[in-house]
Amino acid sequence: MKSPAFDYIRARSVAHALEAYRSLDGEGVYLAGGHSVVPSLTLRLQAPAALIDLSGIDALTGISLDDGWLRIGAMTRHAEVAADPMIRDHAHLFHLAAPHVAHPAIRNRGTIGGSLSLADPASEFPAVALALRAEMEVAGHDGVRRVKADDFFLDIYETAMEPGEILQAILVPPVRAGDVAVFDELARRRGDYAMVGAAVQAVVDAGRVTDISIAFFSVGNKPTRAGAAESALRGARLDDAVIAAAQSALDADLDPSDEPQMPASVRRHLARVLLGRLLGHLGTTA
Amino acid sequence: MTLQDTNTAAARAPHIGQAHRRQTARRHLAGRGRFVSDIVLPRMLHAAFVRSPMARGRILEIDTRDAEQSPGVVRVFTARDLNPSCKPWTGTLDHFATMVSAPQNILAEEEVLWAGHPVAMVLARTRAEAEDACELVMLDIEEGEACVDGHAALTGDAPRAAPGLDSNLCFQTVLETMAVDAAFAGAAHVVEGDFTFGRHTAVTLEPRSVVADFDAASEQLTVHHGTQTPYQFQDIYARHFGLAESRVRVIAPDIGGSFGMKLHLYNEEMATVAASLKLGRPVKFVADRLESFVSDIHARDHKVSARMALDAEGTILAMEVDDMTQIGAFSTYPRTSVAEGNQVVRLMGAPYRMPDYRGRLSVVFQNKVQTSQYRAVGHPIACAVTEALVDKAAARLGLDPFEIRARNVVPDDAYPFVSATGYSFEKLSHEACLAKLRELMDYDALRAEQAALRERGIYRGIGIAPFVEITNPGAAFYGVGGARISAQDGAVVRLTPSGEVQCAISVTEQGQGTETIISQIVADQLGVAPEQVKVTTGDTDTTPSGGATWACRGAGIGGETALRAGRKLQGQILALAGQILQSDPADLALADGHVVDAQSGTRRMPLAEIGRIATYRPDTLPEGADNSLTAAEHFAPSGYPFDFTNGIQASLVEVDVETGIVRLLKHWVVEDCGRIINPLLVDEQIRGGVVQGLGPALFEECLYDETGQMTNASLADYLVPMACEMPDIVIGHVETPTNDTILGAKGVGEAGTAAAGAAALNAVNDALSPFKAEIRQTPMTPLRILAALGHV
Repeated sequence: MKSPAFDYIRARSVAHALEAYRSLDGEGVYLAGGHSVVPSLTLRLQAPAALIDLSGIDALTGISLDDGWLRIGAMTRHAEVAADPMIRDHAHLFHLAAPHVAHPAIRNRGTIGGSLSLADPASEFPAVALALRAEMEVAGHDGVRRVKADDFFLDIYETAMEPGEILQAILVPPVRAGDVAVFDELARRRGDYAMVGAAVQAVVDAGRVTDISIAFFSVGNKPTRAGAAESALRGARLDDAVIAAAQSALDADLDPSDEPQMPASVRRHLARVLLGRLLGHLGTTA
Repeated sequence: MTLQDTNTAAARAPHIGQAHRRQTARRHLAGRGRFVSDIVLPRMLHAAFVRSPMARGRILEIDTRDAEQSPGVVRVFTARDLNPSCKPWTGTLDHFATMVSAPQNILAEEEVLWAGHPVAMVLARTRAEAEDACELVMLDIEEGEACVDGHAALTGDAPRAAPGLDSNLCFQTVLETMAVDAAFAGAAHVVEGDFTFGRHTAVTLEPRSVVADFDAASEQLTVHHGTQTPYQFQDIYARHFGLAESRVRVIAPDIGGSFGMKLHLYNEEMATVAASLKLGRPVKFVADRLESFVSDIHARDHKVSARMALDAEGTILAMEVDDMTQIGAFSTYPRTSVAEGNQVVRLMGAPYRMPDYRGRLSVVFQNKVQTSQYRAVGHPIACAVTEALVDKAAARLGLDPFEIRARNVVPDDAYPFVSATGYSFEKLSHEACLAKLRELMDYDALRAEQAALRERGIYRGIGIAPFVEITNPGAAFYGVGGARISAQDGAVVRLTPSGEVQCAISVTEQGQGTETIISQIVADQLGVAPEQVKVTTGDTDTTPSGGATWACRGAGIGGETALRAGRKLQGQILALAGQILQSDPADLALADGHVVDAQSGTRRMPLAEIGRIATYRPDTLPEGADNSLTAAEHFAPSGYPFDFTNGIQASLVEVDVETGIVRLLKHWVVEDCGRIINPLLVDEQIRGGVVQGLGPALFEECLYDETGQMTNASLADYLVPMACEMPDIVIGHVETPTNDTILGAKGVGEAGTAAAGAAALNAVNDALSPFKAEIRQTPMTPLRILAALGHV
C-alpha cells in the first residue's frame, strides 16, 4: 500500500491550478482533503503524474451570505460544516449530515468540495446538495459557471464537471419560512457508508407539506431525488396514509442494484422504512 | 512490621492480587515502542510479493525481466530461486490420526491454491519501489476450478483443493459414548438446529512483520519477528534451512497484538529469511492491510448440525453434533488446522452434566486462505451451538433460561468431573457464577423492562451463555503429536549487584501485560516492589526456551514458573544472608527490599548489601558459599492435562425489527480464572476478549464469491467492531484456584471471546421470539435478521 511516485504542485490560485492541470495533459489529479485521492493512490487504483494541491487557494475557502444565498467554499472541511453557525442556520441539512460522514479524524481533513466532486453515490453530501437544491460554482478555462445539483451528479464518480474543472463553492438557496430539514441513514457501524440514507428538505405550513425534496444515497449509481414520493407528499398533510403512499411511491423512484450482501429488494425495504421514519420525524419537527 | 502483619496473606503476597498498570503502556503512549517495523538496519532491503489473482490455477509463465529493471530493485525471486533452500513443511500431527495435508514451500511452484498465494518476491531499496516492480511482473496463469464450498468439496467429482490429495477431506473423527441413540429414542424433547459460523480474521493493530538478517561472516541468522512464539520459530528456521539452532536468534520486540494469528508459519516470513540467507543482507517484510486479509490465517468457518435430547424436566440427556470446518488448501504448520474443530466437538455441552454425546468432525480443504487457531480456539462455536439449543429447549419446556441452566450445570460440589466428551475438570464454579450473574445484571428487573418495552414495539433480548475455557495446556496438546512446541516454560531470576531483580522468562508480551504480572509474582517471592523487577522476554539468545504465548499460559504456567524461580532465588539469598549474619536461614525472610527477621520483621540487612558482598566481596564469604544469586526453573503442568476455567456471560440487545440492526446495550461477564494476579489486567483481557467475540457475532466476516475471491478484503468493507458499537461490559469474579500449582492461577485470555457471541446470539433470538423468528448464522447482519423476520 505504497503509492507510485508522483509530483506535487501546490496551486496558488484557481487559475494556477487550472493551468497546472492543462500542462499535465490529463495526468494530473486535484488534491483537496486527500481522503479519497490518497487511499486511491496507495491502493494503486490511479497513478497520476502529479497531484495539484488546492488547499492553499484562498478563493476556495470561507463561508458567506450573499443575497440570502449561502456560499460554502469548496475547501471547507467536514468538521467545519458540522460546527459552523452559518451552515447550521442557512444550510441545516449539511449541519445534520456532517456528523454522519466517517469519523472525526477524517472529518478534520475531508472537504465538502472534494466529497461533491468525487460524487460517491454512498456519500452523504451529494444527497444533501440535491435535497437543498444547491448549485455548484464550477471554474474552468472558460470562466465560472453554475450547475444545479439536479444536473450535477451524473453517475458513479461522474459529475457534470469537465476534466480539469474545479468546484469552487456550493451555493445554497435562501431559507424559506417553514423550512424543515431531516436527515438519517442506516449504517451497520457509525461512520460507515450507509446501507441507505436520505436527506429531506421541506416547507411545512400548518401541518401541510407545501414543498419537499427528498434525496436518497447508497441506493444506486448516484444520489437520487425521490420525485414520485415528493409528488405524493406535496400539498398533503403528513398522516399515516400519506406517508404510506410516499413509501410505496419509492418503488418508482429507486432502482438499486442486486448485490450478494444487499439484494435490491432489501435496499428498497430499508429505503421505505427510513423514509417513513424521516417523515414521522418531519411531522414532529415542523 | 508487626508479627501479625507478616502472617497475613497480604504481607506474604503484597502485589499478587493487586491492580498494577501495564509497564509498557507509558512507553507505548510516549511513542517509544520498538516494533519490527521500527527496525532499520544498514543495507536493508524491502520485500513485496506478487500474489495469485485467482483461487486456483496452473502457472504457465512468470516473466520478471521488466521488474528486475525497475528502479531500486535488487532481485526478483520465484519458487525456483528460493524453495530449494527450504525443507518443505507439512501441517499434520500424529495424534490426529489419518489427517493429511499437502507439503508447502515458500513460493507457489506449479499451481496457485488461493487468491493471494505468493508467487514472486521483489526485493528493493524501498517498499514503494518493490511495489512498483511487482506491477511489472507478468504472470501467465491458466485458471482452474476452485473448491469454494465445503459441502461441494466433499462430493466425488469435486476438483481437489491441492495437488496430491485423494479427496478434500483433511481429517475426520467421531467421538461418542455408548448410549447416545437410546438417549434420543427415549427423550421427552429433542431440539435441533443447523448453524453457520462465518470466517473472520485477527486484524491486529500491528500487521505481521519480520526483519531477517543473515551475517555470512559469523554465520548468524537474526530474525526480528513480530511473533508470540519466538522459540518455535527459532526451531523452524533452524530445521527448515539446515542451520544449527545456535546460529539462529529470534527476537520478538514489541508486538501489537497476536491473538494466535502470529504463531503460524507463513510463506512471507520464510521467503524473507530465505532471501536474507541468499543475499547476506537484512530483508524486511511488513504486511500491509490488503495482503494481511489474504495471507494472515482466518478463523472459524464452520457449518454445524446439532441436536439435543432432554427429559420431561429439562435435564439434558445427550447431544449429537456434526461439525464441518473449512480450512483452506493446506493445514497450517506447525499446529495444524484441525485443533479448532477438535475443540469444537470436545467443548460441546461442557458446562452440563449431559451423560451422552456423539460428535463428528470433518475438516475440509478449499481454495481460500488457510484457517487455524485464533483466540478461543473452537470455544465460541461449541458455546454458541450448545447454548442456542439450551435456549430452544427452555422455550419448548417453558423454563426460564437461568432455570434450565441451573438444572443442568455440573454442581459446584460434584468435582472432579469428567465430561461426556472426555475432559477432566478439577473444579469449576458454574452454580456460583450463575447466581452472581443473576444478581450482577439484575435479571428480574431487565425481564420486566423487556416486557414493558415490547408493549411499545421495542424489541429487546437477553441472552446468557455459560462456558468452559481450556487453559494451561500441558504436553497433551501438541507435544504428544510430535510437534516441537513446548508445553513447559522457563525463567531465570537473579539478584543484581545493587539488590534489584532481573527475570528472563520464556512467556512473551503482546500487549496483555505478561511482563507486569511476572514482575508482581517475582516481587512477592523476593520482598521487593514490582518496579524493582526487570522482566526480559522474547529473545531466544537471552531468555530460556519455552512455549511462550499460546492457548492461555502466561499467568498459569509462566506465572508458576516465575514463582518457583523466585522462591529458589529466595532460598539462595536467605542461605547467603544466613552465612553473612550468622543466622539460621529458616529464621530469616525477605520484605521491603531487606532480609528481615522472620518472626519480628526486624530489618537485618538490605538486599543491596547481599548483592554488593556477593559481587564485589566474595572473599569475605565462608569457604564454599554459593554467591551465584541466580536461579532457573522450568515448569510444565503435570496434573490435569489442562486447567479448565469457567464463567458465564450475558448480553442485552435491542433489535430494530424493521431494519435488522442490532444495538448491543450491555454485556456482563462473571469469570473464574482461579487466583487473580492483577485484577486490572484480568478485566482488560476479558473486555478485549468480549469485543473479539462480539465482532464476528455481528460484524466481522471474510466474504468470498463463487470463484474464491475475497470480496471485502479491506478495512473499508471488512467491519471490525468499533468503540461506538460496543456495549459497556460489567465484570464479576469467582475465584477457584487450581491445586495443580502453588500460584493457583488459570488462564483468562480466551474467556471473553469464548461466550460473548453465544450470549449475543441468544439475546437476538430472544428479541426475535415474539415473531417466531430465529437466526442461526453469524455474523448476524441486518440482511440475515430481516430474512429471519420474513422481510426479504
